[in-house]
Amino acid sequence: MRCVGRLAEMIAASAGALSRATGRGGGTSLPGMVLNRLEPGALARLGGGLGGGAVYISATNGKTTTARLLSACLRADGRIVTANAAGANLASGVTSALLARERTRRYRRNRRTRPSRHATGEPGDLAGPTDPGSGCGGIGVFEVDEAALPPVARALQPRAVVLMNLFRDQLDRYGELETIAERWSELARSLGPATTLVLNADDPALAHLGADPPRVVLFGIDDPEMGRGDLPHAADTVRCGNCGHPLSHDLVTVGHLGHWRCDSCGLRRPRPHISARRMHLDGLDRMTLTIAGTGDETGPGSDDETSSGDGTGSGGRSAGAGTDLEITAGLGGLHNAYNVTAAVAAAAALGVPPEAIRDGIAGVQAAFGRAEQVSLDGRTLRLLLAKNPTGANENIRCVLAEPGPLSLLVVLNDRTADGRDPSWIWDVDYEPLWDRISSVTLAGDRCWELALRFSYGGLDPARFEVRENLPEALDHAVAATPPGGVLFALPTYTALLDLRAELVRRGATHDFWQES
Amino acid sequence: MSAPAVRLWHLYPREMNIYADRGNIAVLGARLRRRGLDLVLHEGGPGEDVPDGGVDLVYLGGGQDRDQLHVAADLAATKAADLRALLRGGAAGLFVCGGYQLGGHSYRTAGGETVAGIGVLDIETTAGPDRLIGDIVLRSDLGPGDEPDRLVGYENHAGRTRLGDGAKALGRVVKGHGNNGTDPTEGAVAGRAIGTYLHGPLLPKNPWLADLILGWALEHRYGRRFDLEPLEDRLEQAAHRAAVARADHPRR
Repeated sequence: MRCVGRLAEMIAASAGALSRATGRGGGTSLPGMVLNRLEPGALARLGGGLGGGAVYISATNGKTTTARLLSACLRADGRIVTANAAGANLASGVTSALLARERTRRYRRNRRTRPSRHATGEPGDLAGPTDPGSGCGGIGVFEVDEAALPPVARALQPRAVVLMNLFRDQLDRYGELETIAERWSELARSLGPATTLVLNADDPALAHLGADPPRVVLFGIDDPEMGRGDLPHAADTVRCGNCGHPLSHDLVTVGHLGHWRCDSCGLRRPRPHISARRMHLDGLDRMTLTIAGTGDETGPGSDDETSSGDGTGSGGRSAGAGTDLEITAGLGGLHNAYNVTAAVAAAAALGVPPEAIRDGIAGVQAAFGRAEQVSLDGRTLRLLLAKNPTGANENIRCVLAEPGPLSLLVVLNDRTADGRDPSWIWDVDYEPLWDRISSVTLAGDRCWELALRFSYGGLDPARFEVRENLPEALDHAVAATPPGGVLFALPTYTALLDLRAELVRRGATHDFWQES
Repeated sequence: MSAPAVRLWHLYPREMNIYADRGNIAVLGARLRRRGLDLVLHEGGPGEDVPDGGVDLVYLGGGQDRDQLHVAADLAATKAADLRALLRGGAAGLFVCGGYQLGGHSYRTAGGETVAGIGVLDIETTAGPDRLIGDIVLRSDLGPGDEPDRLVGYENHAGRTRLGDGAKALGRVVKGHGNNGTDPTEGAVAGRAIGTYLHGPLLPKNPWLADLILGWALEHRYGRRFDLEPLEDRLEQAAHRAAVARADHPRR
């Protein structure tokens, strides 16, 4: 069996190399896809070598960024992290990452170049400096697609699962989000005592998934300044999961997230163990948060809002030990505040000390396409992936917080990874942009749908340009942006890949799989 | 004197909005205003009765399964009889996706439970083993021209809908699945009530259907025929043509 596994690995790795060599992509999923096909038990076999276990992060929005944040915290604590590439978040992507780790370890062992006993903290440091030969080193941090999570977790039992939010997204592929919530609930009930569930208390679809499992860490936002008034149009989980009565909200943050309660049956947001209290959001690239832990991480949060929030903790090592943690992150927007808080909760649950959490998060920059900054022809492009109503709404809020007239490039594709159904753009609140726009260019496979959305949303068609061809659209959008100015691009997922490919062609940036 | 206006009763906008129903409402209002006419919008949530002052057009969109069950119960308890009377009296209705199923006699869920609908459309729906998903193009005889006109959209439904003996389809499927994936029908029409699985949303890319429905609603209110002047529909036609071309030449 070992020989069969080795041969399968060689074939799979060759497929990845071929993919890169022929310019078809970074080979971040293909090797795992081939290996899973040749050896169905590969994920469990390779994952079994992770002495520190595997952590899965799933959500509609924020998987990639949160995985980066958590990986950075663990590395700052000297742990060796294996992570999948951004977006390679099906079983194939997880297997690919584990395969790359395995092959690097074997290569180093064969060359008899014993690595140092100290962690380098380098992202590329896949092989374990602790002891590459024993197979006990390393922890896996994997972002996992919402629908792929249950089968991946069945194949390789996780040490922790971080569930952050569920919003309407790709209805054609996932079905309605209640279906995913139901599958996640089944998964939560099936997890063994060795797994910690890290859940968002602010999402009523998730907060009570952990009623049964042994260890639950809840996180949430508790800064009343962050409220946004009423629920947005695209709010999803608006009814009580217990009795079906419409939920009431004392605080609405992102989409349907917030401080929710059911006035009929009394179900309400549980008090989080890890909570972001005082927050300052400063543009697209910076935020500071004060994160408080209650010290009580073992059971579901108390429903009693008046109970003491400063538990005593155990030895003061984890961030959940009753002391406030001041966090500075190089990320913008309230949605990223959730990502940071989730990463802090997960890191604390994995025993990372507060200093390492603080240092790890401070060093993280935006993932590709998440407010990524690219220079082109004397302008600055900001790439803001917008693939569903809630994500698009948060990006629009961030853009609106920037000063001056706005130049926009909106790109709508409808390929499999985007969702084939473009209906969702009608759930996005684009309208607040109209008063701030100096130029708008619309592009992508479904550019005419965008044109209708903007036109029926109240923007005079004379104020926007439609370009079916993406390079032409980019030219037009750049020309319409004043030199030295900022062009905000809001692409869907494959539109982001197309746009970045065009930027790579123009020498403005590098391929995404080359980034750390 | 104020401009002629259509009184629209938008049912369950909070619960039934998952497939961009907001876009259909926006189109109805905008196409009236571009002609100097007006839209008076009433939202009908759980427990609420027919708005005072009358209704010319009813809209019911699609929702998630659980929300749809809540809505079905509320419809039966508070609105179904009034809706039947309204539509029998000549008001127009547009029922989309889950709303289409609720406009019929009944819907049988995957669990075998039968949920009663409003019964203004002569259809019955049963949950199928899988979802019928994708771009869809119809030819419909309802259009203003002598030739059947095309309707374009997106469909995503587990329900298999069968037309009753006397029922008329909205159109014949050119590309896609339609009512049930086996016979070539899509949607249903009864008087001035239209039901369909087409979303995307439906009306922005099919402006002739929006105008047909608005004409019916105005006729109901004012008791005379309204000849709605043509609008400059450059973007609408471009999106419509692109959708037809995609169905003819699917990619990827």
